[in-house]
Amino acid sequence: MVDAEKFAESGADLELQAIQKRFPGFTAVEELDLTIPAGSFFALLGPSGCGKTTTLRMIAGLEEPTAGRIVIGGTDVTRLKPHARPVNTVFQSYALFPHMTILENVAFGLRRRKVGDPVAKAHEALTLVELDHLADRKPSQLSGGQQQRVALARAVVNRPALLLLDEPLGALDLKLRRQMQQELKKIQQDVGLTFLHVTHDQEEAMTMADTVAVMNQGRIEQMGAPEELYDRPRTVFVANFLGQSNLFQVEVVETTDRLIRTSAGSATIVLPRERAERDSGSMTVGVRPEKLRLHREAPAADGAVNVVGPARITDISFIGVSTQYTVESAEYGELQVFAQNVEAGPQASLGDEVWVSWSAGHTFGLADDPTATGPVAADFSTRAIATRAALAE
Amino acid sequence: MAITAFAPGGGAVEQAPRKRPWTALILLAPGIAYMLLFFLAPFIQLIITSLQAPAASGGIGEYVAAFQLSNYADAIVEYWPHILRSFAYALIATVVGLLISYPLAYLIGVKLRALPMLQGLALILVVAPFFISFLLRTLAWKQILPSEWIGTHFSVVFGLIYNFIPFMTLPIFSSLQQLDMRLVEAGADLYASPTTTFFKVTLPLSMPGVVSGTLLSFIPMSGDYVNASREFLGGTDTAMVGNVIEANFLQTQNYPIAATLSIVLMAIILVIVATYVRRSGTEDLL
Repeated sequence: MVDAEKFAESGADLELQAIQKRFPGFTAVEELDLTIPAGSFFALLGPSGCGKTTTLRMIAGLEEPTAGRIVIGGTDVTRLKPHARPVNTVFQSYALFPHMTILENVAFGLRRRKVGDPVAKAHEALTLVELDHLADRKPSQLSGGQQQRVALARAVVNRPALLLLDEPLGALDLKLRRQMQQELKKIQQDVGLTFLHVTHDQEEAMTMADTVAVMNQGRIEQMGAPEELYDRPRTVFVANFLGQSNLFQVEVVETTDRLIRTSAGSATIVLPRERAERDSGSMTVGVRPEKLRLHREAPAADGAVNVVGPARITDISFIGVSTQYTVESAEYGELQVFAQNVEAGPQASLGDEVWVSWSAGHTFGLADDPTATGPVAADFSTRAIATRAALAE
Repeated sequence: MAITAFAPGGGAVEQAPRKRPWTALILLAPGIAYMLLFFLAPFIQLIITSLQAPAASGGIGEYVAAFQLSNYADAIVEYWPHILRSFAYALIATVVGLLISYPLAYLIGVKLRALPMLQGLALILVVAPFFISFLLRTLAWKQILPSEWIGTHFSVVFGLIYNFIPFMTLPIFSSLQQLDMRLVEAGADLYASPTTTFFKVTLPLSMPGVVSGTLLSFIPMSGDYVNASREFLGGTDTAMVGNVIEANFLQTQNYPIAATLSIVLMAIILVIVATYVRRSGTEDLL
């Protein structure tokens, strides 16, 4: 489908050096350092108001950083106007020009840069997103998913060094979103551009990106490959935002070269030393819900298996591929257990007394505690809230 | 067609379920009655008058029903310079008025959007002149402008521009107020300089306002007879078609010629407006 020769130009590195953005009343982005290598699919993941969209807008040139430098492909673009930057954006609202046809929308950037044969190139880009048959329509005559693809074609056709995606799939329904996720990833691989995707959808970030940076309150909390982030979150925020986690407050009892032995109430939780951010005092450890197993009797604890119990099942939801159990004990609070439905029939019922176990190697030790407010103190002044609301619009 | 251009927002009208067709008719009745009584009837009267011939008695202001089409030829032959002057004045005043109003509307509708207090104040300033009689304000200009300027083409066009600025500014403001700034950002993102973005995105999207504003100014300007009259800002060679109609009707009591000129004026405006709306391509923006 794609003519590789046409889109041979590769993406460029993006470097953010100590980028900072302050608005009256609050700081949206705190001294951010980030390098995105050419040709990668990078996701900036975070809740709304974490500063991810502000970061994207600064890269696009739509917002001026208070401090710091933005370097694209070795050139400092910090002071360049948006139209002078080798960057294109797929906007959350699509921002298609309503008075132009789909074809003219896609050809817009090419015409501005006086690229030869803009109409043919625009048709080619529309073919890439399988919408060439709608080239003469106006944006208002297209469905949301089609508009999204036009917005993508309009950006990709310019072969920018860097393509910015600002939650472009947010308005689509689940099925269409899955389909677009796959298409986007395919297009990125085909054209070899550098993609920077901003999203609050952790599943979307994990399925699409090579590298995910989790952002919270203006800072990057953790960055890495999706598997790495999921398997070894370093902070409470990442452990809870990227998937779900069961967290325990523990006291370190003994530290060896390879293992950390901790006590959580009456239970002992063991974890590998290289999976922990701290190795003494009190700390927070966690484990993913699908790593847990339910038992009707207390299993024998050994060095390789952590056991917590007894607890009582307080909620069961049947998802289809799995069943989610909520178990509660006075000592550890609520725990989530996801069990694959490999066997027919109910495995446990409401009110049952159970024990929970998991392999010690699945435990991770975090750098902070659930009570911490995070690196930036939350600003709850009226002005800050108003500014944030205005930015969120 | 011209009427649709005045609707600022457009938008689809929800189709109500049609159960009782006569309900719609009853609701429309007052409007229809009004149009029949105050537009159609006087208009027919105007056509009849325009075709009248002088009465046999020869008294001033006495005419009898006839089918004297030559009235039209006579009126055009005698008064074509006034007709031409009217449209020339109206055209110049509309263009200059647009050049003044667009930046003003842009300032209020786009730049002051983040400052609602200032925006409201600026809007009040645009509308405030309406609180004082249009005649008084025009007379005031006669006092303010140097006396040697009064009675020139300049003073008349000046008066027209001044009096119609709010009519031009408000519809353009209303269009620009709705302008989605994200589209302007998209323009910048797609390599368009601020100037190019203005001509390719902002201006086309505000065309409904520009069309409404120019029509709301141009039409009444063409028929205006206050600014150009000698009591106000006009002189001996600034008479517009409105002044001629007034003189024929009230002074020489030549009712058929006054009626004929009114119809000619209306017909020309209709042709200009229809061409303009079609040319500006605003139908599918509405």
